[in-house]
Amino acid sequence: MTAFACIYVPDFPVEALLRAEPGLRSQALAVLEGKTPLQTIFALNEKARHAGVSLGMTKLQVEACSDLVLRPRSLLQEAAAHAALLDCAQSFSPRVEDAGCDTVLLDLAGLEPLFGPLPKIARDVARRASDLGLEANIAVASNPDTAVLAALGFSGVIVIPEGREAEQLGNLPLEVLFTGGHDLQTLDVLERWGIRNLRALAALPEVALSERLGQEGIRLQQLARGCSSRSLVPVELPLVFEEAIELEYPLVLLEPLAFLLSRLLEQLCARLGARALATQELNLDLTLECSTPEYVGTSAPARPGRAQARQSFHRTLRLPVPLLDPKVFLKLLQLDLNAHPPGAPIVKIHLSAEPVRPRAAQSGLFLPPSPEPEKLELTLARIAGIVGQNKVGSLQLLDTHRPEAFRIQHFAPGQRQEQTARNPKASRNDNPQELQKQNEVAVTAMRIFRPPLRATVTLQEGKPAHIACPRRKEICGEILWAAGPWRTSGDWWEQEGWARDEWDIALQEATGITLYRLVRDLLRGQWQVEGSYD
Amino acid sequence: MSSPLFYAPAGDAVVFAAKKEPALVLQRLAAVPKLAGVTAASRLEVRPSPEMVSSGIREIDELSGGLPRGCLSEICGPASSGRTSVLLAALAAATRRQEVCALVDTTDALDAVSAAAAGVELERLLWIRCGTGRRTSDLGPQHSGLRHQTPDHRGEVRGQESEVRGLRSYVRLEQALRVTDLLLQSGGFGLVAIDLGDVPDAAAWRIPLASWFRFQRAVESTATVLLVVAQAPCAPTCASLLIRLRTGEQLSTISSQLSVKSELSLAHVQLLDGLRVEGELLRSRMQRKPTQSVTTVFATKAVRIA
Repeated sequence: MTAFACIYVPDFPVEALLRAEPGLRSQALAVLEGKTPLQTIFALNEKARHAGVSLGMTKLQVEACSDLVLRPRSLLQEAAAHAALLDCAQSFSPRVEDAGCDTVLLDLAGLEPLFGPLPKIARDVARRASDLGLEANIAVASNPDTAVLAALGFSGVIVIPEGREAEQLGNLPLEVLFTGGHDLQTLDVLERWGIRNLRALAALPEVALSERLGQEGIRLQQLARGCSSRSLVPVELPLVFEEAIELEYPLVLLEPLAFLLSRLLEQLCARLGARALATQELNLDLTLECSTPEYVGTSAPARPGRAQARQSFHRTLRLPVPLLDPKVFLKLLQLDLNAHPPGAPIVKIHLSAEPVRPRAAQSGLFLPPSPEPEKLELTLARIAGIVGQNKVGSLQLLDTHRPEAFRIQHFAPGQRQEQTARNPKASRNDNPQELQKQNEVAVTAMRIFRPPLRATVTLQEGKPAHIACPRRKEICGEILWAAGPWRTSGDWWEQEGWARDEWDIALQEATGITLYRLVRDLLRGQWQVEGSYD
Repeated sequence: MSSPLFYAPAGDAVVFAAKKEPALVLQRLAAVPKLAGVTAASRLEVRPSPEMVSSGIREIDELSGGLPRGCLSEICGPASSGRTSVLLAALAAATRRQEVCALVDTTDALDAVSAAAAGVELERLLWIRCGTGRRTSDLGPQHSGLRHQTPDHRGEVRGQESEVRGLRSYVRLEQALRVTDLLLQSGGFGLVAIDLGDVPDAAAWRIPLASWFRFQRAVESTATVLLVVAQAPCAPTCASLLIRLRTGEQLSTISSQLSVKSELSLAHVQLLDGLRVEGELLRSRMQRKPTQSVTTVFATKAVRIA
């Protein structure tokens, strides 16, 4: 049995705005389009209709209506809402037809064993659309056109059994056949004939209708009878997950920005979740007003009248593991923006996510516990806020003999752990003798002084005999014994060449004998205390 | 007159526990309805001893039984006493157990080469280098929360320098404490080490006892080993294990090594074959009886990569 579902979002421009501002759902809302002062009502919700507002009214006319919220049309938000609609359909069926910005068709053939009977699927689709911030009509029928007509005509969820299409569609007004606004002449003709609903159209004799209206008349009658047949035109949806919002007034403080980011992230994560995906990279693009002198993060008010020039501000959040938690993303973005404030009022927010497959939750059963990736990322971000961005991470030694040759990289033990879980023998040393040997030998460690301490050294027979270090009073006095030099050099073919002699020296201090590493920089001729042995 | 320990149920005469036999007291206790389910302190089960993990040095393990999970352990000693060697050995042992470790480096003193030579799996070690690039003049006393003495007029410049140095160390300490708090709250780490090795005693002692209690409470029911390395004991009542390190025979040992190598007339003399470290167990709460002073001696091997 073939079955098709149609998802139709009434008042789509309004719904697109309500996704970003769900608090307005209980109010009368109208969307304006056009340039000031010729703005007219482009879309409105049911409450606005009850308040007496209709399409095409000018802004001046509707301003008299109290309790009416007016918003300019946002193509960005409509595009994001349309993408969310497609994601909703794609989360149920791979065969999806993009029938319009507010209408999506999906093939339900073969889905009953997976999701249950058709009424349940229809309810689930409605719930999923609601989760994505869209209140939609869902209609299920045996052919695509009937599903579209039912979704246009009936609010809520409706399932039309096969064979009862004409009966169910009969009460619908004739206007549902002309929702796109085209071929209104035919509508006028039918109205002059006294045809008011689809049942009356379906009852007309076919030959007479064909003689008067041609093939278009026959097509309309088949639609009214619910017996048209056509193939679905599936689309290949690109995996693009973007959400954007344009602000009416420039945003000066980071706190309200967090509220908007929270909404965008929730929508983005809901869309990713609907496609069973997660993300490992978030891109935040902020469009800023440059001419305003106030900085974001201060309490000074914005001056929208002065803003003309705009520049963009970009931040990328890379994660070591795929995540799908809007709260974690929000906190990470907040910490990042606190560390790197935009520097100017924000007029537009664009957020995109790179989709990846979610990570497998189950790691090795016998592996020791490790920090949860979400918590670890937040902890690392918070620590970076305390000590600095480049002062937290894991060490990576560089392939050179140059002293202090290492770099700090992002700490991601999970990746290594996953590799270990896949192949435990690869990294685990199972040789007991070697383990015992490792346990037996402790290495004399160095403690590095960063930066090295400059010292004045007196030589005796080519060896250091006396040292004085102005920055540390305890490193001063006769050298008890010294050995060396341990001469190293490198990178002499580059500008950053280095050559040094290392000495190990012992000094008598109040707490006992302390061993230091004394270095003579041969290129600069300086003595430095590099660290102590401990 | 002594106060009664408890009162019998209504209707009975007041019983003074101090005057009765213990068995009778327990019997009376059991008779009180509200206390029927309460176990006497003398009959409480012994708290299960924490799991001990290897410190990476056999002699230390034999001395203390290893490092206890869910407890605060402290290793103290002066400079060149082998504290960092023990720290790196513990980190290496933990990373070999596939555990994720964190090192709060208060004075930014970790040597990457030493860590790698000690066998630390660097991918599993989170290194936090305290101390920001901010100018110390930008930091007010409120950052450390500690009072500072006003320099006297005569040694004003010298006093200001020492004050700035002290302020830096307090800023680093404050960062270390905040970072440790975050790490312990995050959880999942096998070993969290706080390196206070170069922090002056006076500064380390100013860490509030409440902070140590907080850390101890945070790791109490976890599998995390919290290890503190300092010059002197700074978390006295919170540390479940306290080991003091020293190198008493260092001078004679190294002098003899030096003389031997001088006779060999090597072109490049490597002074440090290793350190001879003496460890003394000052406290261990893993044992029922108070620990007597027991010591051990182990050697470290110098590694110079060139």
